[in-house]
Amino acid sequence: MEFGFTTAAYVVAAVLFILSLGGLSGQESAKRAVWYGIAGMALAVVATLMGPASGLWLLSLILIAGGGVIGYQLATKVQMTQMPELVAAMHSLVGLAAVFVGYIAHFEIGNAAAGGDLGTFAAMIAHKSPVEINILRVELFLGVFIGAITFTGSIIAYGKLAGKVDSAAKKLPGGHLLNIAAAAISVLTLIWYFNTGGLFPLFLMTLAALFIGYHLITGIGGADMPVVVSMLNSYSGWAAAAIGFSLGNDLLIVVGALVGSSGAILSYIMCKAMNRSFISVILGGFGGPAGEQMAVEGEQIAIDSDGVATALNEADSVVIIPGYGMAVAQAQSSVAELVRKLRAKGKTVRFAIHPVAGRLPGHMNVLLAEAKVPYDIVMEMDEINDDFPSTDVAIVIGSNDIVNPAAQDDPNSPIAGMPVLECWKAKQVFVSKRGQGTGYSGIENPLFYKENTRMFYGDAKKSLDELLPKID
Amino acid sequence: MKIGTPKETFQGEDRVAMTPASAKDLQKLGYDCVIESGAGIAAGFSDKSYQDAGVEVVKTGVALFKAADIIAKVRPPSDAETKRLREGQTLISFFYPAQNDKLMGLANKQGATVIAMDMVPRISRAQKMDALSSMANIAGYRAVIEASNNFGRFFTGQITAAGKVPPAKVLVVGAGVAGLAAIGTATSLGAITYAFDVRPEVAEQVESMGAEFVFLDFKEEQADGAASGGYASVSSPEFAAAQLAKFREIAPDMDIVITTALIPGRDAPELWTKDMVESMKPGSVIIDLAAERGGNCKLTVMDEKIVTDNGVTIIGYTDFPSRMAAQSSTLYATNIRHMMTDLTPDKDGKPHHNMDDDVIRGATATHGGEITFPPPKPKIAAIAAVAKKPAPKELTAEEKKAAETAAFKTQTRNQVGLLAIGGALLLAIGLVAPASFMQHFIVFVLSVFIGFQVIWGVAHSLHTPLMAVTNAISSIIILGALVQVGSGSFLVILLAALAIFMTGINIFGGFLVTRRMLAMFQKS
Repeated sequence: MEFGFTTAAYVVAAVLFILSLGGLSGQESAKRAVWYGIAGMALAVVATLMGPASGLWLLSLILIAGGGVIGYQLATKVQMTQMPELVAAMHSLVGLAAVFVGYIAHFEIGNAAAGGDLGTFAAMIAHKSPVEINILRVELFLGVFIGAITFTGSIIAYGKLAGKVDSAAKKLPGGHLLNIAAAAISVLTLIWYFNTGGLFPLFLMTLAALFIGYHLITGIGGADMPVVVSMLNSYSGWAAAAIGFSLGNDLLIVVGALVGSSGAILSYIMCKAMNRSFISVILGGFGGPAGEQMAVEGEQIAIDSDGVATALNEADSVVIIPGYGMAVAQAQSSVAELVRKLRAKGKTVRFAIHPVAGRLPGHMNVLLAEAKVPYDIVMEMDEINDDFPSTDVAIVIGSNDIVNPAAQDDPNSPIAGMPVLECWKAKQVFVSKRGQGTGYSGIENPLFYKENTRMFYGDAKKSLDELLPKID
Repeated sequence: MKIGTPKETFQGEDRVAMTPASAKDLQKLGYDCVIESGAGIAAGFSDKSYQDAGVEVVKTGVALFKAADIIAKVRPPSDAETKRLREGQTLISFFYPAQNDKLMGLANKQGATVIAMDMVPRISRAQKMDALSSMANIAGYRAVIEASNNFGRFFTGQITAAGKVPPAKVLVVGAGVAGLAAIGTATSLGAITYAFDVRPEVAEQVESMGAEFVFLDFKEEQADGAASGGYASVSSPEFAAAQLAKFREIAPDMDIVITTALIPGRDAPELWTKDMVESMKPGSVIIDLAAERGGNCKLTVMDEKIVTDNGVTIIGYTDFPSRMAAQSSTLYATNIRHMMTDLTPDKDGKPHHNMDDDVIRGATATHGGEITFPPPKPKIAAIAAVAKKPAPKELTAEEKKAAETAAFKTQTRNQVGLLAIGGALLLAIGLVAPASFMQHFIVFVLSVFIGFQVIWGVAHSLHTPLMAVTNAISSIIILGALVQVGSGSFLVILLAALAIFMTGINIFGGFLVTRRMLAMFQKS
């Protein structure tokens, strides 16, 4: 009954988790994949409760149930536009849990040494050689370190996404020197902890890590949040894996590694889509070559809803490029309604999604899905970029840098080389935008000055609602 | 202030500078509108339709010049009209100040401001008021219609029960605005269209309109139009000879020839000589849009249609826009309205004559008692000069193959290198670490490997659900808390309990929200 069964259950759970992630390759298989994940989690928890868990069953179950109720509330109430905040908030919980579990492991090492009332884990530790204990210390130290960074980092990310903290990139005086100092403190405390095993160095490092998490993410601006969130996702995985090492639990290692690599790949995809190195995103600010940026000539020409409606009524093919502005204005249902009307008239309507549109990888897809836009007309950048020359009307809703032609034309632009949606090749471009300002990166967008571009100023939702009755 | 439009006095001029629609827009700018009775009749706008648009109708031209502060018309004013201008009044019309020196002096003596619509600089911002272009567009269209009217056959080729009809061959010389409009019209009627221009850079535009560009065998580089504001300049004698030779070669094949070649400030160049006309088939039609400046064909008679001895019709009308008065009035009135919009930035019904504005400065011929023509060169060049690009080198099959093998080799090298480094690292760790650690470490490395393999397959559109699901499963850390909750001190129990509670939130929240999101993805 004892550990053989648990190990078998862990193997099954690990397989289920892998299937669960693999199933996300397609919309239909994904619906099944979630169930694999749920089953894997249930199996792991039950097997642990029946196997190595040491008593307090009832308390554990009550706590899980209590957490479950809150989780259920969160999951059912959350608006799709708030997904980035929710994900960030949940990362912070994983981070904090990792810190706690790491501390527990630390106390247990103390207990084992004292030889008092031994729990399962402490008993296991008691068998270990001094070398193994030392490795254990490094592992739990790492687990706490990563967990603490994840915790404060996610909280700041949450605050920025929810608008509770100023989303501009800010740094304390001293900038990265502070981070380096905190990291140096962590390394010193590691050596200290390695040698003494005392609580104080661990605690000191936790403070330093909490500070790094806070300061690192404060220094990153709003539009880089997709990278930040996926990076924190990755960290929460590595924290779980490190804890798994210290507890000697393979399932924790497997899942932690899966999650960690998943987040790392997402960060990589996001960075690639912005043509920036991971380091430059994390260290904040736009690097890149300095030099005179090309001056933008011409003027932004405004248009009213009548003009847009006429063009849409005459167009055969339409491509819509949504961005964070659409999420902010909560305009996705109006966009969907527009698409339904246009499609009912037999026009080809498609969406073009840039990988970094929005504040979370895949954010736009989820918003459009919520508004009941069929996913087979929602295209990725590579699928649709070649189709713009044969498109009659491109509508840009609340995006800016991802449709900036300067990325291709101006080698001195800070975003030079970033892949962008070439919407200016369409016969006509309408840009729904609140005002004349520049985007997050503060770069002028020559698209707005192009001859085939018309600016449709105003709140995206209001403008679209004004436009809708005029489509016939 | 009041904007007024008189009836055009020039013989046969049917256009009008204000339409009911443009009047409504002018009123939005804060102006009152007034029109001479019957001014719009020839273009199809009755006095009634103007009144319905809120325009005051006055009986005579004299009354109109008295009532209005701003006069908008089409043709340059006659001497009599010019004498009616008064100090402070503004005249907006075609004016051709370079040719109408005397008229300009007269207008200036009267103290009036003259804005010449033909002097609007050719920059992107001013396109909306570029009346020359909008009129040229109509002329190009009408030229094809006129040709088809005088051409006894179809433009399009057809195979019918009654026999085969060959398509007409149309040559358009000069691919400016009028030329491009003619090309578009001719191709949409189904003709096989050829086009020629001395500016090599327009070949692309010609081809985009569906015509074939006639290239010359000529080595010397032609100056492109960028230096002269997009207009053609005089070509070298050798080039002109090569050009004529080419025309002579293709003339017998052409059914319709439309010439639009003009060089600003000069007589029209002769491009279609007498012998070319003689070599054409009977029934062919030549439309000479340059007739007003002597014509590209020397046989052309201005404002008349003639038929040569060999049965070729040559049309030299100069009033093509006026022949489509409803259309041209609408476009011209819109050009005027855009000019007024630029003159009235505050929309308060008072023009603000800003001489620092390139467009307004360029178009102003007289202002404030001074002759301001010719204007200084505009600050912005009309068309950016295109840097000559070397054609990308075509790769041969072998070169391509070599490049592919090279890419494959570097890839292999990278992969092998990474594997070697990774393997060496693993071995190095294995040397020092105890066996129990290595066991877990292998599990870890394999999981990372699986993770990388699996995640690349995830659809981009499912990245948000992926994050939510990884979030839920990273709460597997709950196991660590469960194992420890029952042991040890109160502090351990408290921390473990908190961890269980938080991960509980995460597990349920993560999975449920993922399910919710995935349920929303629907196929159409």
